[in-house]
Amino acid sequence: MERFIRSEGLVAPMDRANVDTDAIIPKQYLKSIKRTGYGPNLFDEWRYLDHGEPGMDHSKRPLNPDFVLNQPRYRGATVLLARENFGCGSSREHAPWALLQYGFQSVIAPSFADIFYTNSLKNGLLLIRLDAKIVDRLFNEALGAEGYRLAVDLERQTVTTPGGESFSFDIDPFAKHCLLNGIDEIGLTLEHADRIKAFEAKLRERQPWLF
Amino acid sequence: MTTRTLYDKLWESHVVHEERDGATLLYIDRHLVHEVTSPQAYEGLKLAGRKPWRVDSIVATADHNTPTRNWEKGIAGIADPVSRLQVETLDRNIKEYGARVYFPFLDKQQGIVHVIGPEQGATLPGMTLVCGDSHTSTHGALGCLAFGIGTSEVEHVLATQCLVMKKTKCMNIVVEGALGRGITAKDVILAIIGKIGSAGGTGYTIEYTGAAIRALSMEGRMTLCNMSIEAGARAGMVAVDEKTIEYVKGRPLAPKGPMWEQAEAYWRTLASDPGARFDKVVTLDAGSIEPQVTWGTNPQMVTTVGGKVPDPAQEKDPVQREWITRALKYMNLKPNTPITEIRPDKVFIGACTNSRIEDLRIAAQVVKGRKVADSVKLAIVVPGSGRVKRQAEQEGLDRIFIAAGFEWREPGCSMCLGMNDDQLSPGERCASTSNRNFEGRQGPGGRTHLMSPAMAAAAAIAGHFVDVRTFN
Ligand code: SF4
Repeated sequence: MERFIRSEGLVAPMDRANVDTDAIIPKQYLKSIKRTGYGPNLFDEWRYLDHGEPGMDHSKRPLNPDFVLNQPRYRGATVLLARENFGCGSSREHAPWALLQYGFQSVIAPSFADIFYTNSLKNGLLLIRLDAKIVDRLFNEALGAEGYRLAVDLERQTVTTPGGESFSFDIDPFAKHCLLNGIDEIGLTLEHADRIKAFEAKLRERQPWLF
Repeated sequence: MTTRTLYDKLWESHVVHEERDGATLLYIDRHLVHEVTSPQAYEGLKLAGRKPWRVDSIVATADHNTPTRNWEKGIAGIADPVSRLQVETLDRNIKEYGARVYFPFLDKQQGIVHVIGPEQGATLPGMTLVCGDSHTSTHGALGCLAFGIGTSEVEHVLATQCLVMKKTKCMNIVVEGALGRGITAKDVILAIIGKIGSAGGTGYTIEYTGAAIRALSMEGRMTLCNMSIEAGARAGMVAVDEKTIEYVKGRPLAPKGPMWEQAEAYWRTLASDPGARFDKVVTLDAGSIEPQVTWGTNPQMVTTVGGKVPDPAQEKDPVQREWITRALKYMNLKPNTPITEIRPDKVFIGACTNSRIEDLRIAAQVVKGRKVADSVKLAIVVPGSGRVKRQAEQEGLDRIFIAAGFEWREPGCSMCLGMNDDQLSPGERCASTSNRNFEGRQGPGGRTHLMSPAMAAAAAIAGHFVDVRTFN
């Protein structure tokens, strides 16, 4: 897992509710057996004017000038500002992979879908839940001021505006620990190997049909 | 003794270890694997020099990329080389690491992972079951804890047989009363999503109870639990009863003999205790549920067949208004259009929501002796598995569909998400029995309307959406 500690960066406002993982990374890119190469296809159907397929030279495709990430003022954004229920739908981990590989380090929204939330943390993409009213304000500020940036501090669990205002967010302590330290979670679980084996032995006695 | 919900029971019986902050090491009994979300997990396992913890927990199949025609061509029938490589990669991984059972492409028992799990008895009551697929919630119909996971978690389960999780809250959705004639589980779940919203179940596990749920067949319960994820819940479940036991009995991987009796006795305890406390309770009156049709680009955008496309001007919240406006533009629908005036270009009967034998029987009954409307360019039936397909053929359902002008295909996910050749073209409108109507879901620019198999079948014949209860 990638470590996440602090980041400060340009904000891109994605003003749509219920953005699903089919929109974040369309199905045709799920055919890849690799973990990398998804960045150019983030939001593929909204971002390009033509239909994309794996194996194309995506840098040559016509961009949709109306799509938020194609506007020059948001080039190089690392913080994605989003609306409620971001990441709903399919469990594809390709969605956080694509967001990270595009360059986003964190996403701020009033709410996220559960599987997407878990998948993102496991890859070092920090998802920050803030009250819908605060998110609304950040949208107004980001749309109003070109070059609008936010500072995200995981250690202190805060998001700070250019004006110096700070909002705190919640995160599960274990997830925070893993993010801060770039922990190999499988390795951590395997430290409990004896416990797992003991549990398994008991389960086999109680419910032999499971084995 | 404290009263416990079904979810409490399933959770507590699988806790290996609990950390102080509630992070729990949860043991996983069954791991279903398919070709799309597993290659990177196996690769990660290999790179770390690890081995699967318990291969006999794994049941695997290839379903998402597989074609529904030209099986006689073998693996070469997968025209897209990227798709083919993914299917071959699963073959290679299962060969190298093993599995309890594997139903590869072209196998007679191959099918959609969520259809073959229950039908093979790979899904059993009381289990914890995971799969790298959000519709794993389907299996909760058998009284087990089943939920979708991402690829990192697939690797985690492969390597450790466990997941690190926190217990969710638990919601009880009670559907009391009796469903009207022609109303199916699909209408029930769409009505629930319409009521609580596509994020209504976020952070919850849902248990469905009430007379109308008990009256559903096991396959109906699977349809219901399937779309729990469309309500935002990772898992949905129904308590074990006589129907569950009868359903599981005699399945290939179900226990036999004395072990069956031991299992059955345990399974019969798998219901919420009377008076068990839920974090939230939602009630619906079954009698008021009408046939449902979605009009937008999210399953929450649903109404009754007698209803109309909404008018965004009536919506006060600006974020919602923008969302509806965008959806109508994408769907090319005008506000206030009666649902029954919408005309599909294609009809798809299939997907893990509605591709089981009962679904096909209902649809066949509607189309029997009739013809697909000329305006419908393509109507296909894609059985959920090889077993479903053969059963349907024994009953002559294939001939009914073919005579009406439907195409009868080989099993797989097919046009539910169009990773194979079965797709909508840009602008095409589809009456579909699948579970997602997101933009581009069935093909780039495609427009999806979700409904029950009976409603989709009736739409194919009428050439427009129609209330199946008055359709004769
Ligand atoms: S049928 Fe559709 S929803 Fe079900 S597993 Fe296949 S792609 Fe997913």
